[in-house]
Amino acid sequence: MAIQTQYSGPARVRLSLNDPTVRAVVYQVLVIGAVLGLGWYLVSNTLDNLQRQAIATGFDFLNREASFGIGESLIDYSPRDTYGQAFVVGVLNTLKVSLIGIVLATIIGAVVGIARLSTNWLLARLATTYVEIIRNIPPLLQLFVWYAVITESMPPVRQAFNPLPGVFLSQRGITVPVPAADPVWTWVFIAFLLGFAASLIVGKWAKIRQAQTGQPFPIAGASVVLMLGLPLIAYVAGGAPSVMDVPKLQGFNFVGGLVLTPEFAAILFGLSIYTAAFIAEIVRGGILAVSYGQSEAAAALGLKRGHALRLVILPQALRVIVPPTTSQFLNLTKNSSLALAIGYPDLVSILNTTINQTGQAIEGVAMIMGSYLAISLSISLFMNWYNKRIALVER
Amino acid sequence: MAENVHTAPATVERPPALTLGPIGWLRANLFNTWYNAILTILIAWALFSIVPPLLRWAIANASGFDATSQQCRAASGACWAFVSEKLRFILFGTFPYDEQWRPLVAVAIIIMTLAAAANRRFWKPWFVAVALGALALVGVLMWGGAFGLTYVENSLWGGLPLTLILSVLGLSVAFPFSILLALGRRSDMPVVRAFSVAYIELIRGVPLVSLLFMASVMLPLFLPTGVTIDKLLRAIVAFILFEAAYMAEAIRGGLQAMPKGQYEAADALGLNYWQAMRKIILPQALAISIPPLVNTFISTFKDTSLVIIIGLYDLLGTAKAALSDPAWRGFYREAYLFIGVIYWCFCFSMSKYSRWLEKDLYRGHRR
Repeated sequence: MAIQTQYSGPARVRLSLNDPTVRAVVYQVLVIGAVLGLGWYLVSNTLDNLQRQAIATGFDFLNREASFGIGESLIDYSPRDTYGQAFVVGVLNTLKVSLIGIVLATIIGAVVGIARLSTNWLLARLATTYVEIIRNIPPLLQLFVWYAVITESMPPVRQAFNPLPGVFLSQRGITVPVPAADPVWTWVFIAFLLGFAASLIVGKWAKIRQAQTGQPFPIAGASVVLMLGLPLIAYVAGGAPSVMDVPKLQGFNFVGGLVLTPEFAAILFGLSIYTAAFIAEIVRGGILAVSYGQSEAAAALGLKRGHALRLVILPQALRVIVPPTTSQFLNLTKNSSLALAIGYPDLVSILNTTINQTGQAIEGVAMIMGSYLAISLSISLFMNWYNKRIALVER
Repeated sequence: MAENVHTAPATVERPPALTLGPIGWLRANLFNTWYNAILTILIAWALFSIVPPLLRWAIANASGFDATSQQCRAASGACWAFVSEKLRFILFGTFPYDEQWRPLVAVAIIIMTLAAAANRRFWKPWFVAVALGALALVGVLMWGGAFGLTYVENSLWGGLPLTLILSVLGLSVAFPFSILLALGRRSDMPVVRAFSVAYIELIRGVPLVSLLFMASVMLPLFLPTGVTIDKLLRAIVAFILFEAAYMAEAIRGGLQAMPKGQYEAADALGLNYWQAMRKIILPQALAISIPPLVNTFISTFKDTSLVIIIGLYDLLGTAKAALSDPAWRGFYREAYLFIGVIYWCFCFSMSKYSRWLEKDLYRGHRR
């Protein structure tokens, strides 16, 4: 008996809401419609309002004279410069406080995280207290406290505290002498970069050689020699300039030297100490996540304690530590916008002044958001690259 | 064999004195290695040079609660008179002085509702109605204008009630949106997914300050001519936009933790998407996302202090305003310590709760 199968050609396409594919298309068209409708509504209202209030649009204002001063700047800036230049100053100030803050927070966080696991009862309790107090107080309040401590407990400029020759502590911040400008310092910096690159290459070569021959190479020592030796050679070859730029009291403030302003110090300490409390918890969790058997296995292989930590424990702990630490770095960067509240001229506070002077709120807010998105994205990309490097390679 | 039999009583060996008791504890926990011994001595010295002066400042040398500011300035210790003088202003802001029992009751209602919500017995649908009722009651108490209460406009609100209202209202309004965003991010429909991802990542990539800015300077431009919204509402809108993105990520974590079998079982039962979500997936996913949601709430609670930037007076704002009184200028230590303790109590108890809940919810996974 042959089984008769009926074949009635290709299935008829019926458009019905009972078909999930059709439904999906309908839903998505509705979503697009709703978003476009909302967007059109907001844009038309905005255009209407802008026209009625006679507010200019566009980014032409960036070429106009800013005519406001900025307390501290990494590049030359004067009130006669444009809004565009003021914006660049703001971006650089934000980057400065974020990058230094990230380094500082990582160091403090790692130390406190390890201290929480210490066998020393007093140290572990102290670290726990630090984490529990700092994590549970708003960062803005902490910034205010730091700012008040720095400005109110320091002597006025005239009676500046002078612990070392050339170092002055006062309400205007900390001033320290720095070597006077000289082209030699540029060469020293270039030599340092060269030394850094060379030690990377030596490290790579040593790794390959050890894999082939089993011969270890003192990479750490070689790197130190390269990174310190090359700049030293450049310094001596350039005539070893020894002129220092010493801060001097002139009128109501210090002139010369390197100044750590109270605003910068407050935001740097406040953010680093706040973020470090979160990083400490991540570090502690990461170390605890490596099972004790790993340490025992390393000991059974005959590795010394330092080697066991560097080659066995740390690589596994880092896998747990890096992803959440990335988001803490992003938080620190975003929190640097609190600078506005204590008067550090970061990106947000400079654009705030710009908005107040020009009235161009939409462009200003768009520039704030765009800059932070760009910074956040770069940090994410870098940390994702690093995370991929240390991720578990499964065979 | 008599010579093998011990007749003398066995000597009872006492454990070495140095491994037991307080001395043993000290040796094991404070002086177990040479570097720990050095550390212990250093820390003890640091604590000894910090803690007694601090206590002398806060208690022994402090002037009384009813001292005048001149007496305070003469004394070397803390000036708690500043806090007692400004207590009601710091806690309730510029709310009419004789009516300040109303924000007090409102704060009590919010705290009690939060405490009840922490109890798993109340995780039932009817509790939503209770919470909404409590919120309405808070609104009536704060605004007044009904039941014989005089009307108080919300520009006069400040202090602790404002901090609590901003964080609680932002969270509860954003919650339904965040569920939709989390589901959208895991949807099979590319357009819905793209919009959800774009929204969440955009909001999470920018600081809250910029959203507050946007709400305070751009929101009025977005609205049709003639419609105005006050400062408080603008801040709440910013918090809702902000919270929705962060909570969506917390809920997405819960959705991702659901085993695939749950989705397949729902399909096998013939449930459609919304039925499956409502009856099977979300009840389980939301329960396990509660600890991260509580953590989001804690950071919102801390972030409410940022409204000072757009000119609202929350707890931090009223403390700063109290400090600008010329008669009491300079007592920032007392003011910041006082509100720091309030913030800390709220955040610390919530974070303890979140950690306890996490352990409690994962009891089945524990070995």
